[in-house]
Amino acid sequence: MFLLLVIMMVPVTTSLYAEKVADPSGNTTGTANDVTASTAGQPTLSEVADSTGHNKVSINMVWVLVCGFLVMFMQLGFAMVEGGLTRAKNSAHTFAMNFMIYPLGMIGFFICGFAFMFGGVGPLGTLGGYDGLNQEFTINLFGHAFGLFGTKGFFLTSTYDVGVFAMFLFQMVFMDTTATIPTGSMAERWKYASFFVYGIAVGTIIYPIFGNWVWGGGWLAQLGNNFGLGHGHVDFAGSSVVHLTGGVLAFIGAKMLGPRLGKYNKDGSANAIPGHNLPYAVMGSFVLAFGWFGFNAGSTLAGGDLRIAVVAVNTMIASATGAIASTLYMWLVKTKKPDVSMMCNGLLAGLVAITAPCAFVSVQSAALIGLISGILVIEVALFVENKLKVDDPVGAVAVHGANGAWGCLALGLFADGKYGEGLNGIAGGVTGLFYGDTGQFLAEVIGVLSNIIYVGILGWIVFKVIDKLIGNRVSAEIELSGLDIPEMGSEGYSGIKMDKNSETPLSR
Amino acid sequence: MYFMKKIEAIVRTSKFEEVKSALREIGIEFFSYWDCTGVGNEIKKGEYSYRGTVYDTSYIPRQLLTIVVRDKNLQKTVECIRKTARTGIIGDGKIFVSDLLDSYRIRNDDQGDKSLYNTDEDE
Repeated sequence: MFLLLVIMMVPVTTSLYAEKVADPSGNTTGTANDVTASTAGQPTLSEVADSTGHNKVSINMVWVLVCGFLVMFMQLGFAMVEGGLTRAKNSAHTFAMNFMIYPLGMIGFFICGFAFMFGGVGPLGTLGGYDGLNQEFTINLFGHAFGLFGTKGFFLTSTYDVGVFAMFLFQMVFMDTTATIPTGSMAERWKYASFFVYGIAVGTIIYPIFGNWVWGGGWLAQLGNNFGLGHGHVDFAGSSVVHLTGGVLAFIGAKMLGPRLGKYNKDGSANAIPGHNLPYAVMGSFVLAFGWFGFNAGSTLAGGDLRIAVVAVNTMIASATGAIASTLYMWLVKTKKPDVSMMCNGLLAGLVAITAPCAFVSVQSAALIGLISGILVIEVALFVENKLKVDDPVGAVAVHGANGAWGCLALGLFADGKYGEGLNGIAGGVTGLFYGDTGQFLAEVIGVLSNIIYVGILGWIVFKVIDKLIGNRVSAEIELSGLDIPEMGSEGYSGIKMDKNSETPLSR
Repeated sequence: MYFMKKIEAIVRTSKFEEVKSALREIGIEFFSYWDCTGVGNEIKKGEYSYRGTVYDTSYIPRQLLTIVVRDKNLQKTVECIRKTARTGIIGDGKIFVSDLLDSYRIRNDDQGDKSLYNTDEDE
């Protein structure tokens, strides 16, 4: 007791020097005393300038990191949407794919993905200006240099800079978003071993090369400089780089795997294979919409770029019109029911579509872009299912592929010239076709086409090679019994009775 | 030879609670029931839709009650179920009655119809 009294008195008895006044309102916290100066409390002008610059970069870096953390959280959203829209007997397998893609893709990106994508990006303007990422492999055609991929930063070596590390984290989670898209379209029949190899391939090569062309200073970004096409292919947060890439991979993968057993009847008509947990799909969609604020608003790479307010509002407005449009389209036109999984797809479609144009369009345009995406996602989902006969359990091709392309084209149409000054080395704001710049629209078209061609071909090669080495698809017997036990060794819902066979419809 | 009957009744899921309380009122102390699924002609056209595919199902969810009664209680039990489970629409269900050979109570030596009712109270 006596000892306690002594301890309590110690601070009182030793506070001989001036005590800082407590500041409950927060109004007086942060003064000249907090500026690093050789004479405390009396910083020189240059010390104030240094402090200001440091603060600016600090705000940017905290913004980029926090937004990166939000995007990382989207992995949960994808897991829930994809797990919920597939069957209970495959749940451990589906969730395990969505889980492992995170570490697999990350290590791939660490090994060489980041170097290929950003090895030649140049100075990191908003994150401290470090210019060590300065080696781009280029070829010369028609008298212009075409940047193909970066060659610096393998294993993050010789880039020991805080700006680079913030950039790595932010770009890594974007890559993982792409990587986890095909696990939905290929779910319920994909061998876990071949998925494992795919996970490395997407993080090391497939995603980073195209990413370099758009965000790493590669040839698509230079279309403006080299050929006068607007600002080159502009994709603010990744409608093409992230979502179209994922959508094309999802399509190629699902096409090569073939439909799930029982999906199609002999006359080609499709059977419904309901997912086992629509509440998961709904919750996952909310998680994704939340993470998307990091995805889009974070892509300024600068918390001091106050356009983030416009970006965030555009993002949420487009998701709202997308969800409403898809719901009403199902309800009034298609099946006469406000299809739950389609309303989720509609929300995500709006988000995907606004991802490229979010910083460059007015909020009215964003509402329209989302509205169109809500209709588009349903038309494409039904077209893929009923006409192309490609079985995509979660609608990944429609959500990410079709709307990724639509998002880029929408940028080329609706960009209002208010933002993007100096982007890719071109003066003036990014301006779309409806505001007078045809070249910008052409650059978007070229970007979309080159994505489909490049990702389509490389994706096909990767899946084909894996198929030859390991085999892509599980046996029919395994598929009927559910992939959980044969592939993973444990059931997603152990101890719960399931009628596994009736979960697969008969092909009549 | 004992005088017992086994009643198996398939009733609408929506009528189960009514049937249950009506049986209690006429003095049925115990019965078992299961969720059961029938497959029949009652196909629900277009009631289900998922991702743009409207589909039919022939699954009919019902409750199956199994009640063992002494012969003297048979008629009132059957009438009770028929009265309470009826809506008049196709699909109200069926009641099957069959002879029961024997019955034992596990707790003691009661056998036959004696095992069906509580002997402590019902001397």
